[in-house]
Amino acid sequence: MNENVIVRDDGFHADDWTGAMFEIDPAAEIDLDAALAAPLVRVAFAAMTDGRGFTIARRLRAAGFTGRLRALGPLVSDQYRHARKTGFDEIEIPPALAARQPEAEWLRAAARSRRDHRSLIHGLDATRK
Amino acid sequence: MSLDLPASASAAPAPQADAFDAAFLAERAAEFRDQVARRLSGSLTEEEFRPLRLMNGLYLQLHAYMLRVAIPYGTLSAAQMRALAEVAERWDRGYGHFTTRQNVQFNWIALADAPDILDHLAGAGLHAIQTSGNCIRNVTTDALAGAAADEIADPRPYAELIRQWSTDHPEYLFLPRKFKIAISGAETDRAVTRAHDLGLHLRREGDAIGFRVIVGGGLGRTPRLGSVIRDFLPEADLLPYLEAVLSAYNLAGRRDNKYKARIKITLAEMGETAFREMVETEFARIRPGFPPVDPAHFAAIKARFPAPPAPRAPVPLPPALADFARNLAPHKVAGHVAVTVSLKPHGLPPGDATAAQMRALADLAERYSRGEIRISHDQNVVLPHVAQIDLPALHAGLVAAGLATGNVGLLSDIIACPGLDYCALATARSIPVAQAIATHFRDLGLEAEIGELRLKISGCINACAHHHLGHIGILGLDRAGVESYQVTLGGDAGDAAALGEIAGPGFTSEALIPALERLLRAYLAERAPGERFIDTLRRQGPDRFRAALYAGGDDA
Repeated sequence: MNENVIVRDDGFHADDWTGAMFEIDPAAEIDLDAALAAPLVRVAFAAMTDGRGFTIARRLRAAGFTGRLRALGPLVSDQYRHARKTGFDEIEIPPALAARQPEAEWLRAAARSRRDHRSLIHGLDATRK
Repeated sequence: MSLDLPASASAAPAPQADAFDAAFLAERAAEFRDQVARRLSGSLTEEEFRPLRLMNGLYLQLHAYMLRVAIPYGTLSAAQMRALAEVAERWDRGYGHFTTRQNVQFNWIALADAPDILDHLAGAGLHAIQTSGNCIRNVTTDALAGAAADEIADPRPYAELIRQWSTDHPEYLFLPRKFKIAISGAETDRAVTRAHDLGLHLRREGDAIGFRVIVGGGLGRTPRLGSVIRDFLPEADLLPYLEAVLSAYNLAGRRDNKYKARIKITLAEMGETAFREMVETEFARIRPGFPPVDPAHFAAIKARFPAPPAPRAPVPLPPALADFARNLAPHKVAGHVAVTVSLKPHGLPPGDATAAQMRALADLAERYSRGEIRISHDQNVVLPHVAQIDLPALHAGLVAAGLATGNVGLLSDIIACPGLDYCALATARSIPVAQAIATHFRDLGLEAEIGELRLKISGCINACAHHHLGHIGILGLDRAGVESYQVTLGGDAGDAAALGEIAGPGFTSEALIPALERLLRAYLAERAPGERFIDTLRRQGPDRFRAALYAGGDDA
């Protein structure tokens, strides 16, 4: 594998996107209007420890973004639920990471319960997203 | 609560152990077991594993792993205390260390045992989640919450709400740096709200409950007292306001330099006005669509914290227990006191308790404090609801367990970090220095005479023992391979929160104690009747005391 891998709830995929893509670099100024109008927004994570993308995703969804939302970077499978809960649809990971953390790990992460205290607080169904 | 009910029958349930949390904790323990296995198999690199392990409370220390277990808002049941005793005995060296942020640390953990320990803790409703790492940490509060005579409202239901909100919050697990929240519910701030990333001081205006919001406090290498960014935040706005602060910080906090990544630096660099504007703008944007807290859910949280005991007839303290009076705090209900059990016996490491002592505390709590135990910011244990009539029996029980030191608030009630004996970051020893100071002044017979004195000793610039807030603070540094102890004067952790000022060059460990003795003898000579050390220092200014400190040179 030397292509990035797209991870979704049902496992690994090759990148099948051919349309326009709006790129967000958390370190730069974000053109919110342009992002909202894009069919796919890709938010870069410089490192797994740089959580700015999670806030950006949540804010985009709150602002009404309904397109496809992709995280790009070296996130690990343990962060899959955080990405999904903040509004990402998928994660694009580098090939070396996909080789070291095979699909089975991501599938397990995707199947893991998304038990959520915040849903409980607001009186919503707390067991699933 | 009936007066006649045997105390053990009315033991409070663990407030955070409901079915949802039980399942959540079990899942998290299983997830961590999987992460350890994946680290060992190479699927996770050490760099990837590190933030995951820290988020589960596991630090790599000087000699071994250290596990930091959260005690949410400092409240423990007797059964939970016994679970901690078992961890100490089965997986550590028979003791635990209570910290200034209402956590307990086990210093001699094997990584391979950590999943079993987390399972064991989960069984008692305890966990180590978010006790480390760049996330929202354990929410701390007043150890006297629910008991203190000067309480406006019990802050723990709000602390529990914040704990639930912040637990595994997907947006705030990879912040620029750690984020500590403290909440005080009483007139007197016993939760050090001005030295936290975010402090909440509960207030009442008419019938409405709200919070003074303080942001940007912190100690470490850039000590700063927090700024008030909202004077009265209505109760219903609490969570959306926290969201606004955290998401603004997540985006604006510096990630280029870990020493400039705390929110105190974000605030200082932006300026208070711009920072407040950034938060308020985000708050205004999210507030309208933010779902309210389910009233039934919040009522259920409140119901987990039992009402204070019913009044009893007041009983005067027997003269034989006069020295123990320092360990007693006024209670909101007649005939009761809150009893602080000192974990600072002279000559032993401050904040440590053995497994046997933890079990004794659990037994005594069941017998005399409705099974409730608190861990205080000062690294002591509090039995919050003790009937005055039970004090002689409780005291006898404490004596038998080696827990009856009557030194609360005195010089030997020292806050000390683990220091060079345990910590990988430390630049000097702190525990042995604390031990030497405590025994020196006891042997001089001056401790009671000196009276209230807050002494705090940190073994490095990260200031885990909050030395900046000590009436006398001591910071241990490394000067070309030699331990050097810098003294700060005039700090205060209470309502008159203040950062101490550095008195001058550091002392060698040998010169430190004579210097402190000169300082305190100067205080005894100068004080007006009834004045504490800090009062005399404030009245006279530091010059006289600095001169006393250095009268013997700095290495004499």
